Amino acid sequence: MDIRSEIVHQFSQVAREQGRRLSPLSDDLELLESGLDSLSMAILVVRLEESLGIDPFTLTDDARFPITFGEFVDFYETSSRQSQ
Amino acid sequence: MRPAQGSHNKSTSLFEALSAVDKHSDPLIVDANASITLSNLVSGSALFGRGDELCGRSVLVATTNQFTTASALIELDGVARRIVLCPPDLPIEHLPYVMDTAAVDGIVSDRTALQYGSPRPLYFSPCSPTVEPAKCERNACYKTEWILLTSGTTGIPKLVVHSLASLAGAIGPPNMSPEPIVWSTFYDIRRYGGLQIFIRAIFAGASLVLSNAQESPAAFLTRAARLGVTHISGTPSQWRRALMSPAACFISPKYIRLSGEIVDQPILNSLHSAYPHAQISHAFASTEAGVAFEVNDGFAGIPPETIMCTPFVEMKVKDNSLRIRSARTASRYLGNNVSALLDEEGFVDTGDLLELREGRYHFIGRRDGVINVGGLKVHPEEIEAVINRHPAVQGSIVRTKKNPMTGAMVIADVVLDRVNACLDEDVRELREDILLRCRESLSSYKVPAAINFISSLSIAESGKVLRRNA
Repeated sequence: MDIRSEIVHQFSQVAREQGRRLSPLSDDLELLESGLDSLSMAILVVRLEESLGIDPFTLTDDARFPITFGEFVDFYETSSRQSQ
Repeated sequence: MRPAQGSHNKSTSLFEALSAVDKHSDPLIVDANASITLSNLVSGSALFGRGDELCGRSVLVATTNQFTTASALIELDGVARRIVLCPPDLPIEHLPYVMDTAAVDGIVSDRTALQYGSPRPLYFSPCSPTVEPAKCERNACYKTEWILLTSGTTGIPKLVVHSLASLAGAIGPPNMSPEPIVWSTFYDIRRYGGLQIFIRAIFAGASLVLSNAQESPAAFLTRAARLGVTHISGTPSQWRRALMSPAACFISPKYIRLSGEIVDQPILNSLHSAYPHAQISHAFASTEAGVAFEVNDGFAGIPPETIMCTPFVEMKVKDNSLRIRSARTASRYLGNNVSALLDEEGFVDTGDLLELREGRYHFIGRRDGVINVGGLKVHPEEIEAVINRHPAVQGSIVRTKKNPMTGAMVIADVVLDRVNACLDEDVRELREDILLRCRESLSSYKVPAAINFISSLSIAESGKVLRRNA
């Protein structure tokens, strides 16, 4: 599965469910400016684990949540490569 | 007998405390839309100078923002017999229960008069969004009971009784340093954690920067930085979100306080690297148990000596659960058919489970299965009841799942009626339908982030569904 397109799909799905307006998802978009609040982002991580089968946050001790959309995608792609 | 106070403040009301502090640096209470000096707060009124008409009443404070609540609390403490503080997300259908249980006969609100359906004659006092100069009579001298609301198993709130003395019990000696303190908090002051910071600011005569619900983290942090915040508190989840903002580097606090959720080492490390000069402490407090202790050594978990010998707070671990006795705990729950808040020895059983690991105690969850989503309590039973009302559902169990953003999230495992457990397509539709029902009747943080369909629930020997939290 293409990780980036799944992430894009889940961003818009969660935004729709939570009644939030999503900003255009460019790589340099800061996640805090994406339109999703903390709860939406928390839901997003759960949904991505369901669809991609990975939760990269459980694989690392680094508490830092990615800052930009590009970093977020990269975080998942890297983690997916490592878990294969 | 209740244990010794340990508090350095002997004021009998917030108003008295505020009148007594040195206000020469002209401290402020400020949110995104309004600000007021503490001096003007003492000499003015948000109740159009008519606060004394609520004298001796049981007053529900239900305002649309924290700022208005702050001014109403200062006016009412010591004047009202009882203050019932409405949290921001109290579902309106619970208001009649709250008002009835607390025998409310006065309301302070900035909303236009609501129909509360109360059998008692109500005195409705409108609350202005601004504090205007007014000559206020303060003849009354009540030891006001403070009623804070906390979530109960079925969604109906529990009413927890405090006094100003118990709420202010953990506040230390006044600041002697020449540099003024500027407090801020991500919390809402209409809940225990935020109320603590509000009372601290009033007792210290310190400025207080409040957040606004609709404000972005960047906007709040920028504002806090401009006002020179020195002390700031929040949950680990709120801090995780704050650290994602480029504006996080604008503030340079001296003191950072974490509470309301289990604190892990990564968040302490991240905060230390973002604010190397700040003292970072994590505290344990709850609406029922009050402020118990704080840990300042930069590590997650609690040193056993903190449990053994924190001044003015007795703690013990019984059946793995932390029990607390101090003058800072609440005294009781209001209402009929409610459980006792204190055990026969006067301890509050927090229900928070501790495990001793490598020389330190660590919180591992709650005995009652309560899930902590970003500092907000979720009772699985309340969500299960909503899911189980769906005609296609035979049973469900709601459990917690670790989450990097909110600490934990709610997940539901659902068993469908045999008739309905068929095609994938139907299952997708059912999932949507169940979620829709949850969204209609639950606060958003209680709605399951995922629903898994399973074939059966594990039943314990007691006949109860087995709760196993990941």
